[in-house]
Amino acid sequence: MDTNAIYVLWLRDMKRFLRAKSRIIGMIMMPMFFLLGLGLGFNGLIHLSTGGSYLEFLVPGIIGMSLLFTSITSGTAVLFDRQFGFLKEILVTPNSRASIVIGRVAGGATTAVLQSILIVIVSLFIGFQPVISSVTFTAIIFMLLIAATFISLGLIFGSIINDFQGFQLVTNFVTLPLFFLSNAIFPLSSLPSFVQYISYANPLTYGIDGIRGALTGTSTYPLILDFTVMVAFFIIMVIIAAYAFSKTDVD
Amino acid sequence: MENAISANGISKHFGQLKAVDNVSFNVHEGEIFGLLGPNGAGKTTTIKMLTTLIPMTSGSAVVAGYGVKKSQNDVRKRIGIIFQDPSLDDELTGWENLEFHAILYKIGKQKRTDKINEVLKLVELEDKKDILIKDYSGGMKRRLEIARGLIHEPKVLFLDEPTVGLDPQTRRKIWDYIKKLNETHGTTVILTTHYIEEADYLCNRVAFVDHGKLVALDTPENLKDKLGGDVVSVQVNGKTEDFKKLFKKHAWVKTISGHDGSVDLTVKEGEKKIPEIVDIARKAGIGIGGISLHKPSLEDVFIYYTGKAIREEEAQGWRGIIRAARAKHR
Repeated sequence: MDTNAIYVLWLRDMKRFLRAKSRIIGMIMMPMFFLLGLGLGFNGLIHLSTGGSYLEFLVPGIIGMSLLFTSITSGTAVLFDRQFGFLKEILVTPNSRASIVIGRVAGGATTAVLQSILIVIVSLFIGFQPVISSVTFTAIIFMLLIAATFISLGLIFGSIINDFQGFQLVTNFVTLPLFFLSNAIFPLSSLPSFVQYISYANPLTYGIDGIRGALTGTSTYPLILDFTVMVAFFIIMVIIAAYAFSKTDVD
Repeated sequence: MENAISANGISKHFGQLKAVDNVSFNVHEGEIFGLLGPNGAGKTTTIKMLTTLIPMTSGSAVVAGYGVKKSQNDVRKRIGIIFQDPSLDDELTGWENLEFHAILYKIGKQKRTDKINEVLKLVELEDKKDILIKDYSGGMKRRLEIARGLIHEPKVLFLDEPTVGLDPQTRRKIWDYIKKLNETHGTTVILTTHYIEEADYLCNRVAFVDHGKLVALDTPENLKDKLGGDVVSVQVNGKTEDFKKLFKKHAWVKTISGHDGSVDLTVKEGEKKIPEIVDIARKAGIGIGGISLHKPSLEDVFIYYTGKAIREEEAQGWRGIIRAARAKHR
C-alpha cells in the first residue's frame, strides 16, 4: 500500500473542498430544502408507529441522502480527472492502483462526513433534538461507511464509463432509485412487501438505520447488525472498485 | 553505449487500425531523440506504450533498464513524462501541483522543497507559484508541466509535443531548458513533434514515423545528406537543354532536373559551387538570370521518404479554405 499516494489524494480533496465555498453551500442547500420542505410540512401530518416526530425520523434520512449524492458524484468525478488529464499524471506515477482508489475514497468520505455534520448542526435550529447517549457519536462511523461504500460504487461507474452522458445516466438510474428504495424518507414498513425486499439489498437502508439509531435512539435493526452489513457492503464495493480502476485506460 | 530505451517490434492495434505497426528503435543514454511525423502517425501511442500507460498489442520494450510489461513500477520510478494535453489540477496552485507530484514519487520534505524551488527557477515561475492553475496562461501551464516532470530527476524524460500551441518566444525558451537539462544532468530525452525546426534544433537523432511505421532513423545531418546535398536553382536565359547538357559531364553534380528556363542542380556545399556554376555557364555563352540556393531541411527528407510533407494535411486544409473563400467572392 502506498500511503503517500493515499495521503496526497486525500489532501487534494480537502484543499479543493475548502477552496470551493460556493460548492459547499450548493451541496448543503439541497438537503436543507428537503429537510425544511418535508420536515416542516409533514411534521404535523405524519405520526410514526414507532413514536417520535417525523422530523426526528427525517433528519438521519436526509443525511443519508446527502451522503449518497455527494459520494456517488465524488466517485464518478474520476471522469473529470480523465477529461482534464490529471488522471494520466496520477496513473504514470509508481503507485498501486489500489492506493489511488483508497486515497480517493478517504478524501471523498472525509468531505462528505464534514457536510453531514454541518447538516446535523443546521437541523438543530429547526427543532431536531438528538438523544445524547453512549452511541451518539457512532453516527459518524455510519456516515463514513455510507460515504466509502457509495464513493466506491461511483468509482466503479467512473472507471467503466468514458463520457459525461454516462454520468447523467448514473444519476438518474442509480442514485435516485437507491434513494427512494431506502428508508430515507419513509419507514420500509409502509412500502408494498416486494419493494421492501429490494430495499433490504440497499446498503443505504442499513446506513441510515444506523445513523437513526445513533442519533435518535430508535432503529429498526440492532446497530451491530447495521454496522456489520455496512462493513460487508463496503469491502465488496471497494474491491470491485480497485479492480475496475486497475483496468481503466487513459484514452 | 547503453540504451535508455529499446523498443523491439512494438505494435498497438485499435480494432482494424494499426496505430503503431511493428516499430523497433534504440535510444542511447544521454541523447535527445526525436519521433517526427504528421498528426496521427502513431507518435503519442508509441510514447504511451513506452510509459506503461497503455498495454502494447505485441512486441516488447525495455526502458531505463526495466521491461515495460513486467516491471511497470520500476519503469515508472525512473521516467518523467510531459503529456501532449494538459494534465494539471486547475483548482490547485502551481506549488501544490509540484508538491503533490513530489509526494507521489516519495521524495522527503526537505529535498522536496529544494527540488521544487530549483525547477521553478528553471522555468521562471517562482513568482507565480501560489496562483491557481486556472489563472495561468497556456505557456505558463506548459512550463509548469515541464518543471513537474523534472522534480523526481527522471533518467529518461518523455516529451509529447512539448511546444505545440506556444508562441515562438516560449518555444525557444523551452528548447533551451531541454538542452540545458540534457547537458547538465545527462537526462535522456525522447520527444515527439511535428515541427521540423524542433527536431532539427534539438535532436541528436531523429526517427521518421508515418502511418504507424518507422520509415527512417539517423542524425539530422545524415538524413539530409541522403538527398545528395543542396539544391542550386538556376534561371537560364536561353536553351535549358544546352545548360543541362553542360553540367552532365561534371561528377560533382548529383542530379539535374528542370524545364522552362529553370534548372535544379543537386550539389554538395552549394554556396561554394555557385561561382563555378556561373563560370561554366559564362564560358559556354549561356546567360544566367538568377540563382538561388536551397539547403535541404528535414521536411525535404521526409518528403523523399514518404512522398508527402509532414504538415500536408494542415496545408491542404488551408488551401480548401482559401478556395472556398475565393469561390464565394466570384
